[in-house]
Amino acid sequence: MNERTHRAGKVVGTSFRRIDGRAKVTGLTKFADDLALPRMLACKLVRSTEAHANIKRVDVSRAMRKKGVVAIITGKDLPIPFGILPVSQDEHALALDKVRYVGDPVVAIAAVDEDVAFEAMDLVRIEYEPLQPIFSVEDALKHPTPQIHDYAEEGNLHRKVSLEFGDMEAGWREAEHTREDLIFYEGNTHLPMEQHAALAQFDPDGKLTLWSSTQTPHYVHRALAKVLELPASHIRVIATPNGGGFGGKSDVFNHEIAVAKLAMITGRPVKIALTREEVFYAHRGRHPALMWVKTGVKKDGSITAMHFRSWLDGGGYGSYGVASTYYSGALQTVTYHVPRYKFEGARAFTNKAPCGPKRGHGTPQPRTALEIHLDKIAEDLGLDPVQMRRKMLVPADSLTANYLRVGSMGLGACIDKVEEGSGWRAKFRKLPFGRGVGFACGSYLSGAGLPIYWNNMPQSGVQLKLDRSGGVCCFCGSTEIGQGSDSVLAAIVAEVLGIDPFDIRVVTADTDLTPVDLGSYSSRVTLMTGNAAIQAAERARDLLTQAVAEKLLVSPVRLEFADRRVFDVEEPSKGVSFAEAVQLAEAKFGTIGTVGSYTPPASAGRYRGSGVGPSPAYSYTACVAEVEVEADTGIVKVPKIWIAHDIGRAINPTLVVGQVEGSVYMALGEALMEEQAYRTKVGGAHKMPSMLEYKSPTTREMCEVVTYLVEDPDPNGPFGAKEVGQGPLLPVMPAIANAVYDAVRARVDQIPITPDLVLKAMRAGRAGPMRVPEVRWPEPIRVPTPWEGGDGRAKP
Amino acid sequence: MRKRKTQVALRVNGEDVEVAFVPHKTLLEVLREDLGLTGTKHGCELGECGTCAVLVDGKPVLSCLALALDMEGREITTVEGLAQNGRLHPLQEAFADLGAAQCGYCTPGFLCTSKALLERNADPAREEIEEALAGNLCRCTGYLKILEAVELAAARMRQEKTRGR
Repeated sequence: MNERTHRAGKVVGTSFRRIDGRAKVTGLTKFADDLALPRMLACKLVRSTEAHANIKRVDVSRAMRKKGVVAIITGKDLPIPFGILPVSQDEHALALDKVRYVGDPVVAIAAVDEDVAFEAMDLVRIEYEPLQPIFSVEDALKHPTPQIHDYAEEGNLHRKVSLEFGDMEAGWREAEHTREDLIFYEGNTHLPMEQHAALAQFDPDGKLTLWSSTQTPHYVHRALAKVLELPASHIRVIATPNGGGFGGKSDVFNHEIAVAKLAMITGRPVKIALTREEVFYAHRGRHPALMWVKTGVKKDGSITAMHFRSWLDGGGYGSYGVASTYYSGALQTVTYHVPRYKFEGARAFTNKAPCGPKRGHGTPQPRTALEIHLDKIAEDLGLDPVQMRRKMLVPADSLTANYLRVGSMGLGACIDKVEEGSGWRAKFRKLPFGRGVGFACGSYLSGAGLPIYWNNMPQSGVQLKLDRSGGVCCFCGSTEIGQGSDSVLAAIVAEVLGIDPFDIRVVTADTDLTPVDLGSYSSRVTLMTGNAAIQAAERARDLLTQAVAEKLLVSPVRLEFADRRVFDVEEPSKGVSFAEAVQLAEAKFGTIGTVGSYTPPASAGRYRGSGVGPSPAYSYTACVAEVEVEADTGIVKVPKIWIAHDIGRAINPTLVVGQVEGSVYMALGEALMEEQAYRTKVGGAHKMPSMLEYKSPTTREMCEVVTYLVEDPDPNGPFGAKEVGQGPLLPVMPAIANAVYDAVRARVDQIPITPDLVLKAMRAGRAGPMRVPEVRWPEPIRVPTPWEGGDGRAKP
Repeated sequence: MRKRKTQVALRVNGEDVEVAFVPHKTLLEVLREDLGLTGTKHGCELGECGTCAVLVDGKPVLSCLALALDMEGREITTVEGLAQNGRLHPLQEAFADLGAAQCGYCTPGFLCTSKALLERNADPAREEIEEALAGNLCRCTGYLKILEAVELAAARMRQEKTRGR
């Protein structure tokens, strides 16, 4: 698609300091709660103390009489529902008639300061009529009524999915060995260091501005217009730099709508900052997932058929859950060749904080199950698990059984790197008891192929303003959540225009000022904004080229942009400065501004459900973990991890390595300690809504990481680049699980791998789930595979 | 129950300031809300995450657990006070250069804690850095770039000292 894919860059490919780096180390970066406006009110939410209950009565009269309280709103003030997915518009800013989890917001108070608002919370009286609480998928099946949501597909099952690609029976017949496994992955949460915050201002002309720590200002914008019944053009959403997101700030949140409404009612700015406890309840984190997988293989490990089932515990609302359900079955096919594939998935509503997307969205759980399962198959067949996988890889430029289009595919090179780097052959099954190594792979999207709501407009837009000062300003709706997206934009524009990233001012995530970008989720930003930025910058360069060619009397094809100059490549001394080039263009064409946009290629699947999984490009990762298991305590320590990631092309290697190391860290926490768990026997509150009790790795638990970047440029990526924010997390949990087996020859088929499970496994040979809930699976949508002559459509 | 405000003289980033606040306010709240020094962040307000760490008489203190009233006569340093005469502190320089700040939210706490470490130990071993920073949580970086940045800053500071001699 672009001829730059293989060309070395002056900026692209070099490690430079992120453009916001110095602001971040001096305290200058303004996060949402750092903002303050004159006459600003503070908002607090009164949240449900019941897991599942009808609201009988809400009495705010005493609270309203308290000195300093300015306004109080309840569900009746915001009756229009919203939700991130068009198919799950099931949330209200404040509960309307029932509450669905401990922590569900019921009342919003605006007061002169936070202390007054906090004291007023105690004066609100809410009468509940408790309902049967549902805390697990089993509960949901046992109690189809009372329904948590009446739009659920069946009882308390939110959604059931069944897809079948190819002739499964033929696949089982062809198999020389089949194996089934059952694996459980506990839920966990993002735990961003910054608690969510939002500030709303309503001006006398009827225009609303919301500053919020959100990853998806565009979707917040749409939800505000819907719920507040304001024209979208009168609403401005500004995403402040996020103090960590990881998916946890990509829903539309109750508090964002509540402060907007309170600002409209009071005519004063209103701010809310969630407490850490509230952040645990806001959640939208990893779904607890039980998974069953059956695979048929030949003696060399090559797969003949795979059947995968997942049961997801969704929590109280839809959130991204329908997408999460499909994602738990979508990407099994993009790493290893799976000629026939069947997926069945179910998501239950439960009376717990809603689950949603966390780094890897719906794919770390099935990836963990699959990679543990393949490790066992390798052992069944007496094969080395690295060699076995190497022979099964999906070829580059191919279609999978479920019609995902794979472009560049560097997994083989990734496997070579970690196998050699870790000394795999000398260690696997050879280390003394208590020490072990484990191997796993993974893959992730570089952006979802389809937007969340159906439309045929671009997913990302970039606008450039150049003026006679030589200054370049880049406007884009993308959201900086710490990953470095502003710096990626600057690098790409700088590369095309031959200037320095620090010459460019980047303005992002402001729905009034910047063209739409859908947000920082699904690892879409580098690929999509990057391509839009290339287009905008090339259009600007064309204008400058024409003007300079005319001035220098040189053919336009001989002009080069580099080192802040535009010059004749054959006679480099003949040229003008970049600023002069802009002046020439401004004189010739008038004010200089260009735009670029990006829309992903159409996906190949045409069946219902084919919208989840397609991506312009897939990243690949391979990982070896080394562990030490204390036989008497069951404690697992991870001294070192080798990880190789196929990034396509590193725009800025420092940022890329930062994402890899951060992913390994987050995976380490998921693998060994992090759990979003509830007191289901006593009311359904979170077990440990604090940073002390919700264990996450500190400097002392973090392992050594050896990172290898594999650059297999993808034709769809800007300069060949693919994603790195999420993919490197995926193989780490199963690599650790497989290493624990290598160390003590006992299987822990459950995440996190806690000491009690290790001890149990060492006694019994295995620790993990034993039963599956009985779901009546729907008749599958049957889709012939490409090699069966299929065209991506389901059989009638 | 509204408490009367108390007027207190504080010394923050080398400057004397008079500030009036209700007596139950924490140092974190007074810094952010009354002095406009929002560089100091909050992550839990319960002393669990290290995000709000500032230096009091050169030692790292969790400002969410310290009463501002107790700070009279003590030398408070926040992230805004680390750069001197328009020049970044070597720790700030190293954190920015190596990508030790991703979202940057935990960074002020890490910088203050690291500065205290380097002042008592100019050449800390990796393990000593890990130990000193074990009370600061970061969710973005996996800590490795932070540890490298502290080592780089320490090396640069030692070099500068040798050259200055």
